This record gives sequence, C-alpha cells and structure tokens, in this order.
Amino acid sequence: MAQSPYRERILDHYRNPRHRGRLEGPDLVGEADNPVCGDRVRLELRLDEAEQVVEAAFGGDGCVISMAAASMLAEQVHGLNLEELRGLTEKDMLAMLGVELGRARTQCALMPLRALQAALKALPTR
Amino acid sequence: MKLDIERVRADFPILLRQIHDKPLIFLDSAASSQKPLPVLQAMEAAYRQCYANVHRGVYTLSEEATCSYEAARDKVASFINARAREEVIFTRNTTEAINLVAYTWGRANIGPGDRILLTEMEHHSNIVPWQVLAQERGAELVYLPVTDDGRLQMDRLDDLLDERVKLVAVTMMSNVLGTITPVREIVRRAHAIGAVVLVDGAQGVPHLPVDVQDIGCDFLAFSGHKMCGPSGIGVLYGREALLEGMPPFLGGGDMIRRVELHRSTWNDLPWKFEAGTPAIVEGIGLGAAVDYLEGLGMEAVAAHERETVAYALERLAALPGMRILGPPAEARGGVVAFTFRDIHPHDLAHLLDLEGIAVRAGHHCAQPLHKRLGLVATTRASFYLYNTPQEADRLAEALEKAARILGKAG
Repeated sequence: MAQSPYRERILDHYRNPRHRGRLEGPDLVGEADNPVCGDRVRLELRLDEAEQVVEAAFGGDGCVISMAAASMLAEQVHGLNLEELRGLTEKDMLAMLGVELGRARTQCALMPLRALQAALKALPTR
Repeated sequence: MKLDIERVRADFPILLRQIHDKPLIFLDSAASSQKPLPVLQAMEAAYRQCYANVHRGVYTLSEEATCSYEAARDKVASFINARAREEVIFTRNTTEAINLVAYTWGRANIGPGDRILLTEMEHHSNIVPWQVLAQERGAELVYLPVTDDGRLQMDRLDDLLDERVKLVAVTMMSNVLGTITPVREIVRRAHAIGAVVLVDGAQGVPHLPVDVQDIGCDFLAFSGHKMCGPSGIGVLYGREALLEGMPPFLGGGDMIRRVELHRSTWNDLPWKFEAGTPAIVEGIGLGAAVDYLEGLGMEAVAAHERETVAYALERLAALPGMRILGPPAEARGGVVAFTFRDIHPHDLAHLLDLEGIAVRAGHHCAQPLHKRLGLVATTRASFYLYNTPQEADRLAEALEKAARILGKAG
C-alpha cells in the first residue's frame, strides 16, 4: 500500500515555506509551469564570486507537493556551485521529498527542478 | 422501471477491488466507464471461439466474426434510432468521429469566410478539429457563450446564426458542468438557416436515451468506452444523404470497390469510411454494451443518475468552502465538478485516492470553459449507473478529512 505523501515534513514546508519571495537582482532566474493544472514555479538564485549559491528564493502557485518541493530545493541549493547545481538529478529532487509518488504526482515534484534547469540553461556560459 | 443497483453492481467485477485497503469508489466514468461481465464475456468468447478478420473470408470463422461485428452495428443503429444501419460508421472514438467529419465534409463544404458555430462548453475534441479546418480553409470560429451557472446563452443563438454559419457543433452534455444542452432546439434553429449540425454525444449517449431522428441532428459522435464498452471503438452517425456526398476519410483496404493503379472507386456505406481491419472484437464488445444498457433501459439509467447526483449535490453543497460548477440537478447529468477550500485539485484527487475514491483533477480537456469560469483546474466526480448515494456520502466525508489533513479553513 502506498503511503500518504501528506506527512508532517512536507506539510510543514507547504505551510511554512522557506525562502519564499523575490531577490533583488538575482544572478539566475528560471521558471517552469504545468498547463494541466496551471501550476508555476519561479526560482531565483544569487551567486558569490566563487559561483556558489549564497541566496535562493522561490515563488509561484501550486499543489502541496510542488510548493513543498520548491521550498526544499531553495533550502538545499545553498552553498552549491554551478557544477553541483547542474548535477542535481530527478532522483535527488525526489529524495529531498522522501516520499513515494506515482507517475502523475512525480511531475509536480519535479517542477522546481525544471525551474532550476531553465535558470541554468539561460545562464550565459562564462 | 427502477434500477436494481445491487444487481447492477454485481455485474461490474472491478467494483470488488480495494484501493489502499478501502473499497473502490469509482467516480471517473465521464473519462471512461467500467465494463460489465456481459461485455467482458462477449469479447473473450469472440477471441476464443470465432475470431478471424471480417468482410473477407468465405470460411466459417470469418463468416461468424463478420456476423457478430455487423450485428453490433445493427444494435447501435437501433440504440440511437438511426433510419438505417448504413448511417452508423465505426471509428476509434468520439474524437476520430469528429475529425472524420472535419476532414471530409468540412474540407468539401467549408470555405473562406464561412463560420463554424461552437459553444464555450465544448471539449477540446470538439474545438481543435474545427480550428485546424478553419485555419486551412480561411473560415472563422464563433462561440455561443455560457451563463455563469453553466448553461448555454440560448438568447444569443439567433444573433450568431446568420447565413455565414455552415456548421454548428455542440455537445449534448458538458463533461465539466454536467449541463444537458437543448440540442433539439439548437438543431431546429440551425436548420432554419441551412446549417449542418454535429452533436458531440460522448457524455450524452452513455447517460441519456438518444433518438437521432427526434433530435434531428446531421451527425452524432460518441465513444464505446464511456458507455460500458471497450476503448478503441466509437461511432459516427451521419444522415445517409450527407454521408453519400462526402469524400472518404482514410484510404486503404475495405473502403474501396475497385482499385486500379491510378484511381479507385469507393465501397458502399458504411464501409466507405472504414479503411483497414477494424476494431473487430471491440465492435462486438460495444454491441454487448448496447445490449446491456438496453436491458436495463436508458430511462432507468438516467433516472438513477439523476437521483444519485441530486443527492451528491445536496451533500457536497453543505460542505463549507465548496463551489460546485454548473446548473442545478434537474438540468444536468452525472458530472459534478467543483473547487473546495482553495485545496489544489491534484492534492484533493490524491487524498481522495488514499480513501479509495477515484476522481479526476485538471481542466478535463476544456481549457476555454475553465478560463471563462475564471478557473484553471477543478476536481470532478462523475457518477454512472453503478454509483450509489452511499458513495456520495463517502466522498463528502473524504473531502472533510482532506481539509483536516491540509488544515485548510472554509
């Protein structure tokens, strides 16, 4: 039997999101959306001179899973450099959530990662 | 005659399933219905005992398969009261049936400046084929608006019906609002200006008694899988005179009379529109589904659904923070779409699934309608002949539980 993903840690991130908001003059910005439900996530990052994330913020509307995932990702990217950001996989994103999700809900969970990937893609290669 | 609900439920083996250790409550029949034993048995028997390709062999098996497959056509013709079996074309589903009309009748009859009148409550499959056609032919789409409570604005119909309108394509029942539309009236007024009318019966035919001669429509499209039959088989009903005048749809085997190197002549109706080996066993399954529904009586099926949905509407409307889309019970079929306390439809559908309840979340292939209603996505519970008022109770309880888990106030 599948366990409910609506557990305290995820609900806590949903009710008390970390790093929700906007950055002033972010170095990286990426967005992702899902037209089926209208959900969207925007991820903003500021990097230091060593190209490590010093600040992250997210915004958007979505279900519990996508918003909790965005909150967790914004928390986890702190201190990562560009190479490490590029190395983040779907498996890493799902591991952050730590719950089993079906095929449909996995798309909700991956939306913040897609926003990060869009941000990295938009980055001019330096 | 009233449905014997316990007997009906016993015909659907899937209803014995447990989902997450709870008895399955299936409330997504508007997407696809479950299948009763007689349909499963007819299909298994077809494969086990009399399977061969149809319309070709002179051997016994092929004769038997052809008889069963063509008997299904007779059953469907009688079910919708078509004048003749030649008016029943088998397609893959409603979508293919609508596309058939768009690609054949549409290309031959729609030109620059012509208009196609649709409504704001159409499913994407009754919008997109017409967009493709209109773009190709330089025609224009116009839409009959819906009211805030989800009915067609019939007082706007005559304004929109002018001599430029060559086709009216309208649903018989909205797959989001549940609204049963006045198709008979629409056909009458559209015919008065010489327009052809296609009715999307995907939601209507499985749930209501349908008589194409009484409705008067020129085309009716519907799917087998929403009416207790298998997927992969659908129907286009068309008036014989129109079908005769239309060019074929797909070219290939079975749809020809004679093939030469540089030209061919077409088979008679209905086979002119059925190229290639058809969905033989699915057709036979659809025939069995029609027998099953006729055995119960469509009046009884519709009455059972009206009663169940009226109860469900009352029960759900009593929940704080509930917004139900669409008109009151007397104007609707088995579909109940709603939003609940700002809870995201995906979360709601997920939490209901954990209680064994299958509902759908999203735009239900009706994005323009959702936009019109100021929404992106909704949760939809759809009821059919096997659903009960007790299941509506369980739905209401599960919604309250979901609100408690997510801590969302009304």
